[in-house]
Amino acid sequence: MLRQFGLKKSPWVVHFNCNSCNGCDIELLACLSPLYDLERFGIIHVGNPKHADVLLVTGSVNHRNARVLKNVYDQMPEPKAVVAVGVCASTGGIFRECYNVLGGIEEVVPVDVFVPGCPARPEAVIDGIVKAAEKLDLRRRGQPVSRPSLVPETHEPSPKPAAPPETVPATPASPAAPVAAPAELAKTP
Amino acid sequence: MSQRTTIPFGPQHPVFPEPIQLRLILEDERVVEALPAIGYVHRGLEKLAEQKDFQQDVFLIERICGICSFMHAMNYCQGIEQLLGLAVPERAKYLRLIWAELHRMHSHLLFLALLADSFGFENLFMQTLRCREEILDLMEITAGNRIMLTTCCIGGVRKDITPDQLKRIGTGLDRAQASLRELGGAFAKDYTIQRRLKGIGVLTREKAHELGAVGPVAKASGLAMDLRQTGYAPYPELGFNPITETNGDAYARMMVRLRELDQSAELIRAAMGRLPDTPLSVPFKGNPTGEVAARIEQSRGELLFFIKANGSKNLERFRARTPTFANLAPLLHMLPGCELADVPVIVVSIDPCISCTER
Repeated sequence: MLRQFGLKKSPWVVHFNCNSCNGCDIELLACLSPLYDLERFGIIHVGNPKHADVLLVTGSVNHRNARVLKNVYDQMPEPKAVVAVGVCASTGGIFRECYNVLGGIEEVVPVDVFVPGCPARPEAVIDGIVKAAEKLDLRRRGQPVSRPSLVPETHEPSPKPAAPPETVPATPASPAAPVAAPAELAKTP
Repeated sequence: MSQRTTIPFGPQHPVFPEPIQLRLILEDERVVEALPAIGYVHRGLEKLAEQKDFQQDVFLIERICGICSFMHAMNYCQGIEQLLGLAVPERAKYLRLIWAELHRMHSHLLFLALLADSFGFENLFMQTLRCREEILDLMEITAGNRIMLTTCCIGGVRKDITPDQLKRIGTGLDRAQASLRELGGAFAKDYTIQRRLKGIGVLTREKAHELGAVGPVAKASGLAMDLRQTGYAPYPELGFNPITETNGDAYARMMVRLRELDQSAELIRAAMGRLPDTPLSVPFKGNPTGEVAARIEQSRGELLFFIKANGSKNLERFRARTPTFANLAPLLHMLPGCELADVPVIVVSIDPCISCTER
């Protein structure tokens, strides 16, 4: 009972720096400082993922740390929530086109809250964690929780133009010829 | 014969804000060998810098590291300006100096907070972060963002600091220095801190020189090496002298940064007093050609960019060597022989920035 109450009122967070430039990480540290003070919401920063309810991830995913991120996520007990802090964690941000960047953390773990910003402001980070705590509470009660999507909602594609009426009758020999040609090529050394 | 154990330290560890793994080989509680495993923060930024326009690169290179971001952009701009043969207006140079020193102050305060956290002094960690918010406020007032200022551009700066804002910087620095005096007393004289830091992770002057230590690590070992002496910005006119300590232990490295905080505040005050009245930037045409090695003193030490341009809008090669990379060899020299409980303190005492190192 106490634990269930605690999930909503006092979520414990663990922070993992994936591929970040440190900008979002130091804003997370600023959240812990007396000016912003995460603990007034009962949010406690812990080092062990096995104690945590909310995973805060900064930075994009690369080939090396994807496994570590998955590992940290898997160690957390259910119910759990993931907050992507900053644009790099959301989509890859400015580093999206780098050869070693796979993209946002959604490639590896399901994300519940996206926090925008480069770097995300402490107010935005706190807002994100509070939103994640609400989702945790819904998940505990077994209610459906929607996941946000970064892909903008697209309109129905406009209908294709009607196919022109076939005027030229198909020649009977044409389908067989292109199929036979590659087979002959493959045989030749 | 005691048994050897290997302890993986990281990549996700409460002491590190960033992922790096140190494989510590222990004999009982004593570290025999430390092997770093890196690559967790490698993005491939150097390659991306070659694909983007050299003017867009300013914003990309600023994001090599979020803690000393302004100085990365400043160094890149200085390198490109050298290639283009641009004479940057005096006011821009002074404004760059003010923002660079504000960044150094917030970086050093963050270091002090993390150091207090590394030996479990939670109260001091909180108070230092409170002091750091004063500096972040000043950056937000002058540039509009707390961390990524993006005020530096090729040929000068993009924003001016108004007289009202200068006054606000003055009062902000007063407040920061007042709380710094209280914090400095705690850092310098507290019994617990002295027991945890003095004689820990000693790097002698000879070894620091041999291993190529830079920045506060070198200065704490008595090497007065600071690129600000070379005069890339109006530092010589403001009477800059590097701060050194002699003991070369974790305590000396902390004291260098503590004293540099006051020095930076004084440099900002002096620069504000002599701010010349010139335009903010010079226009330029064309693309850079040639090679340049741009160097700057960042909060962690010497930052070196190699830029090769071929007259097109894309750079041919961009290479960065950051201070933490230079300080990793001294760190690996300090670790063997120490207790396991001292490893976090020693690692934090070089103020590692892994995101800089791996780019």
